[in-house]
Amino acid sequence: MDEYILKVKKLNFYYGKKQVLFDIDMNIEKNCVTALIGPSGCGKTTFLRCFNRMHDLYKGNRYEGEILYNNTDILKIKDSIKLRSKIGMVFQSPTPFPMSIFDNVAYGLRLKGIKNRAELSDRVEDALIKAALWEEVKDRLSASSSGLSGGQQQRLVIARALAVEPDILLFDEPTSALDPIATSKIEELMIALKKITTIIVVTHNMQQAARVSDFTAFFYLGRLIEFNKTEEFFTRPKSKQTEDYITGKFG
Amino acid sequence: MDNLKKRELVSKIFIFISTFTAILGLFWLVFILSDLLIKGAASINWSLFVDDFVPPGLPGGGMKPAFIGQLIIVSIAVLIGIPIGLLGGTYIAEYGRNSKSAKFISMLSDLATSIPSIVVGTFVYAVVVKPMGHFSALAGSFALAIIMIPVMLKTTENMLKLVPWNLREAAFALGTPYYKVIFQIVYKSALTGLLTGTILSIARIAGETAPLLFTSLNNSFLSCNLTQPMASLTVTIYRYAMGPYDNWHTMAWAASFVITAFILILTIISRILVKWRYSKNG
Repeated sequence: MDEYILKVKKLNFYYGKKQVLFDIDMNIEKNCVTALIGPSGCGKTTFLRCFNRMHDLYKGNRYEGEILYNNTDILKIKDSIKLRSKIGMVFQSPTPFPMSIFDNVAYGLRLKGIKNRAELSDRVEDALIKAALWEEVKDRLSASSSGLSGGQQQRLVIARALAVEPDILLFDEPTSALDPIATSKIEELMIALKKITTIIVVTHNMQQAARVSDFTAFFYLGRLIEFNKTEEFFTRPKSKQTEDYITGKFG
Repeated sequence: MDNLKKRELVSKIFIFISTFTAILGLFWLVFILSDLLIKGAASINWSLFVDDFVPPGLPGGGMKPAFIGQLIIVSIAVLIGIPIGLLGGTYIAEYGRNSKSAKFISMLSDLATSIPSIVVGTFVYAVVVKPMGHFSALAGSFALAIIMIPVMLKTTENMLKLVPWNLREAAFALGTPYYKVIFQIVYKSALTGLLTGTILSIARIAGETAPLLFTSLNNSFLSCNLTQPMASLTVTIYRYAMGPYDNWHTMAWAASFVITAFILILTIISRILVKWRYSKNG
């Protein structure tokens, strides 16, 4: 039984002619939270966006190497739309769609062709419970999502991603637009969610990485400098650069 | 101290000049509107809307064919112009975003919004009326559609570009195909803006006369045949205002009042929509 859900091999990535990721090798363990940290512009978000082929949306981007997911190379998959329903993503600022709370969560399910009203409402409820939002919105599912607070909107977006039961959830600085209370709720949520999915999170906040993750990877100038179990990563960093970064000497 | 006084004087002169020019500009607007209101509103009566044209010189009569013709010509123009403008603007803001062709089309439609409408009229005369051999309502709608397309296209482009890009990315990340992202999310977010664009482009063409003179021309009788000449309000106003009869002048005033009020109301609605949209988001 393979415990790695994703295997990244010799990944290089180019924005046009500019290379931004260099020879990344990394294995992501199933049902764990993996944090990607590093200073701005180090390539951590670029790396995250390779997993659901977000870079395909823009011209001139190029991948080299492979990312194995269930023994298929993500970078060679033709149907990126199907891939994205298995590998979900949550963005920095909350992105509720201009529709009701229910329709937001049901969006991905309807895309998959589920029309049965009973099944939809069961799965919407389930996703909202998993995203710890159910209690707050169960009486106003048909209200517009724009009336929710920022933290609630972010959990709504997480519920929307969870509804389609993804294998992997990518978080791109999910709490940088939120206040501390909303942040801690999202962090608790990430820890709880690893039972049912695998999480990769990009964060600027090292304490957050230490709090929520099982593994931490440090990126610098497009290279993976160090990747280890979070506890060892922060207590016994192997590389001098990592140590300088986590002790705040640069970055 | 002397210097200060000099500056105060210059400041006062400048305030006076700018206030004066503002009043000068407003004066003509108020003058036109109040004249229209007084003369037009006074001559409005029910028979204007429900009676047919009467031969010149005879008393009574109304402009019913002109109202109906105007409605038909503008409606068909809207049916042609709005979808083309909407989809063209969608191409520029979405599929062609940042591409050279999109920038080129966007620039062209900027130019097209300032083409004199009489030029559009003569153009449609050459490509539609001449080959058909006679004037027709359809040619009139076609001319008006050409005028409204760039207006709708530019508004659509601007409104869609206001929709935050990360909303689209979020939809893509769920595995949504682009056409669904546009129809279900982008259009929905920009709905009030698109509605404003539609209203503004209708307001833009509702008062056009020159392009209709070359295309739908006129008809002394009520006609709903699209391939034949059709009376329109603006051309009828032109004809009646130029005519030698007093009751024609009165009717022209009344019709001018109606059409101005219509456009004014459309413009005000679009203003309210824009305001509402921003207060909702802010």
